Amino acid sequence: MSQATFRIWRSEPGGGAGAFKNYTTEISEGMVVLDAVHKIQAEQAPDLACRWNCKAGKCGSCSAEINGKPRLMCMSRLNSINLDEPVTVEPMRTFPLIKDLVTDVSWNFRTKKGLKKFKPRKPDAPDGTWRMAQQDIDRVQEFRKCIECFLCQDVCHVLRDHDKHEEFIGPRFFVYAAALEMHPLDTDDRLADLKDKSNIGYCNITKCCTTVCPEHIHITDNAIIPLKERVVDSFYDPVSRLLRMISG
Amino acid sequence: MAAHTTYSYDVLVIGAGGAGLRAAIEAANSGVTVGLICKSLLGKAHTVMAEGGMAAAMAHNDDRDSWKVHFADTMRGGQYVNNWRMAEIHAKEAPDRVRELEGWGAVFDRTPDGRINQRNFGGHRYPRLAHVGDRTGLELIRTLQDHTTYLGVTVHMEHTVIEVILDGGRAAGVLAYDRERGRFHVFSAKAIVLATGGIGRAYQITSNSWEGTGDGHALAYRAGAQLIDMEFVQFHPTGMVWPPSVRGLLVTEGVRGEGGVLRNSEGRRFMFDDIPDNYKPQTAADEEEGWRYVMHDKTARRPPELLTRDHVARCIRREVKAGRGSPHGGVFLDIAWIKERIPNAEEHIKRKLPSMYHQFKELADLDITKEPMEIGPTTHYVMGGIKVDADSQESTIPGLFAAGECAAGINGANRLGGNSLSDLIVFGKRAGEYAAQHARKGAPPKVDDGAVERSIKASLAPFERGASGENPYKVQQDLQETMQALVGIVRTESEMQEAIKKLAAFNERAARVGIEGHREYNSGWHTCIDLRNLLDVSETIARSAIERRESRGGHFRDDYPDKVAEFGTFNIATKRQPDGSMTVSRVPLAEIPPELKQVIEEQKQ
Ligand SMILES: Cc1cc2nc3c(=O)[nH]c(=O)nc-3n(C[C@H](O)[C@H](O)[C@H](O)COP(=O)(O)OP(=O)(O)OC[C@H]3O[C@@H](n4cnc5c(N)ncnc54)[C@H](O)[C@@H]3O)c2cc1C
Ligand code: SF4
Ligand code: SF4
Ligand code: FES
Repeated sequence: MSQATFRIWRSEPGGGAGAFKNYTTEISEGMVVLDAVHKIQAEQAPDLACRWNCKAGKCGSCSAEINGKPRLMCMSRLNSINLDEPVTVEPMRTFPLIKDLVTDVSWNFRTKKGLKKFKPRKPDAPDGTWRMAQQDIDRVQEFRKCIECFLCQDVCHVLRDHDKHEEFIGPRFFVYAAALEMHPLDTDDRLADLKDKSNIGYCNITKCCTTVCPEHIHITDNAIIPLKERVVDSFYDPVSRLLRMISG
Repeated sequence: MAAHTTYSYDVLVIGAGGAGLRAAIEAANSGVTVGLICKSLLGKAHTVMAEGGMAAAMAHNDDRDSWKVHFADTMRGGQYVNNWRMAEIHAKEAPDRVRELEGWGAVFDRTPDGRINQRNFGGHRYPRLAHVGDRTGLELIRTLQDHTTYLGVTVHMEHTVIEVILDGGRAAGVLAYDRERGRFHVFSAKAIVLATGGIGRAYQITSNSWEGTGDGHALAYRAGAQLIDMEFVQFHPTGMVWPPSVRGLLVTEGVRGEGGVLRNSEGRRFMFDDIPDNYKPQTAADEEEGWRYVMHDKTARRPPELLTRDHVARCIRREVKAGRGSPHGGVFLDIAWIKERIPNAEEHIKRKLPSMYHQFKELADLDITKEPMEIGPTTHYVMGGIKVDADSQESTIPGLFAAGECAAGINGANRLGGNSLSDLIVFGKRAGEYAAQHARKGAPPKVDDGAVERSIKASLAPFERGASGENPYKVQQDLQETMQALVGIVRTESEMQEAIKKLAAFNERAARVGIEGHREYNSGWHTCIDLRNLLDVSETIARSAIERRESRGGHFRDDYPDKVAEFGTFNIATKRQPDGSMTVSRVPLAEIPPELKQVIEEQKQ
């Protein structure tokens, strides 16, 4: 049994003033950061606020910044962190603070509402079902692994530094849009919205989002870049521009 | 007294897991106003963790499957104390509910001919589980969540319901508090659907998240509804046992479905040593046949690792007790061995079980394509719950409905894997439909101010006691240890009587818990509120388990190790009396109609 110190952000309710506070606690083999936070909660700071559900990297609730890196607390093993120094645990900085490690991520839910929903083609079979080949859905299934942890939103500079929340939907929702656009059954077209409302053009492919994604979704290579190409093909390519004008 | 806001809906759904979301969709589609309350953020409910799949007899992978086989499997799994009508409805309606998800955007794994692929699972005769790798729950919850987004359902996230309030014996509304501000809110509704999930947090070792504190069970109980089958708790055979911090975390049955085998420290596949008579005709005679089954050979019977969960869990416990366990007190679950049989085994495992691969790699530093896992039983699911009408899902209180894990009946004494996710969508839909119907004919109820004020006062009492009160986390831990040790996988009368005494003491301590700080997002305060629910639920489990003097399904009594025919004729019910005491009674099972009896007989061969 050894000890480690955690430097945890504590705030006044309502997103008020805050400061780091150090907590030293016993640690044992196999522990993750979330375990340490829970231990501190149970023994030293019962009103410490944090979100979690699954403790297995499946629900995307426990997002935080650990030593400055956006990560899931439940998937950050202490043996992968330098414990000679205090471990800094702070809330995601891109979203308004509610309390301690909990942030207001409601913007994400509102943003999703603004995207056009799934609209399937007519069923393929008389019993109302469809046929799809596995290889045609592999890509979509990659996107649907998203656990909505919003770590990619947290790290994206367009949101974090430039605060473009009203104009830019962020990597999570490019992944969402890509899942719909590449869904073999979907019939709607989201390209105009991606260009004008979601401003996919603001993304300059820094790939920070891909780096932090705990589901290892290739956000930039598989979702954003192909979407950008589709936007270019359909709005800047002379042939399709002409076709658009003709078809109205 | 503390100020509070008031909302009013036709139908109020409590819980945003698969059952709650499906109920909300159905109610909203029928044109009534719908409010949805959940303790966490949307999309984070326990359902998100489900892995293996959802059972529906679509017969894509084996055309011998049908609702009849599914019905018979469910009844056999439940040891015939299920509500037969629920098992029938479930088996008949599950295929449509699954197909409908595809129309809402769900992307299931495919068969070679492009249909929804179905996998083998314990207790299911044919491959029956529609799945998406091993993250089926995520697919289900995201599909329902996204679909709900466009239906005008008002979602109140991170709100916790503290009390269900009645008006003249029927459901009238609830009192809730929001975590962000710690403020109280009163919701009035013409019909209420409870879809609050499970009770795993009553135990020390569990696969359930912090939400699984049996709130719906306790809310309904305190409102005077009848609970049944609370003695039937499912201990899943394969939870992680190491490292300590992830003890209890689930290892999907899908691992065994894909060919994973259980071995003890001597390397023996001990499941072959103890196959119950009623399962012998369907179980592989040797390892060779078991492997052929995994390889989809339709003439082969399933390996004993896929026997029902209660049985497998007890076999594991036996091995460990006999000193044949693994270093950290479990046994070995080996999927890596399939490399002896198929090429590219490593890739195959990663593709079929991606999140298991991920989970062990990141949390236990173990590569499941190379090494066996260490696993042991974990508290997973509660078959018992709120007694409901099979068709409408209405509880014994008019206007109060229940669906999903917090409702009882479909599973009897033991749930088959995959039958929960399908239960959520089949009965979630029905609950939403009938709740809306009830709301349309009902007059607006009145929520009694006095009841609200009393409940608020009790909820705030821990702040008055402050730091001098009992630590709520400590009481919760002690309760969990007691349930684990005394009302766990193997039970005896004397231990459970001891548990009852301890529960009384915990109740007294819970009445003295104290908490410091503000009301905003205060986890300690939340634990105080959970405690009351956990205590009520634990008592219903212990008292029901004492009453059932036999062993059946998830309920195993060391002092009554055999099944007793007489106990197969009733459910055990618990109910709160006006003076606060708990009564335990026997409710006779409804007679199974002859045509369904015949279905069961035909499938016994
Ligand atoms: C790891 C794991 C794997 C599983 N795998 C499978 C599988 O492969 N197949 C299968 O069929 N089943 C599986 N199960 C079981 C299945 O997932 C659950 O039984 C099912 O998801 C329960 O769904 P539900 O809708 O009833 O409740 P939940 O999904 O548990 O949702 C409960 C909801 O109620 C809310 N709530 C609770 N209390 C309150 C309150 N007081 N106030 C307000 N809201 C409240 C919660 O916030 C939540 O939104 C698995 C379970 C686990 C733990
Ligand atoms: S690649 Fe684009 S979306 Fe991703 S972080 Fe960089 S700018 Fe943001
Ligand atoms: S794309 Fe990845 S990082 Fe972004 S929300 Fe989804 S899982 Fe999280
Ligand atoms: S608690 Fe679910 S992702 Fe960490």
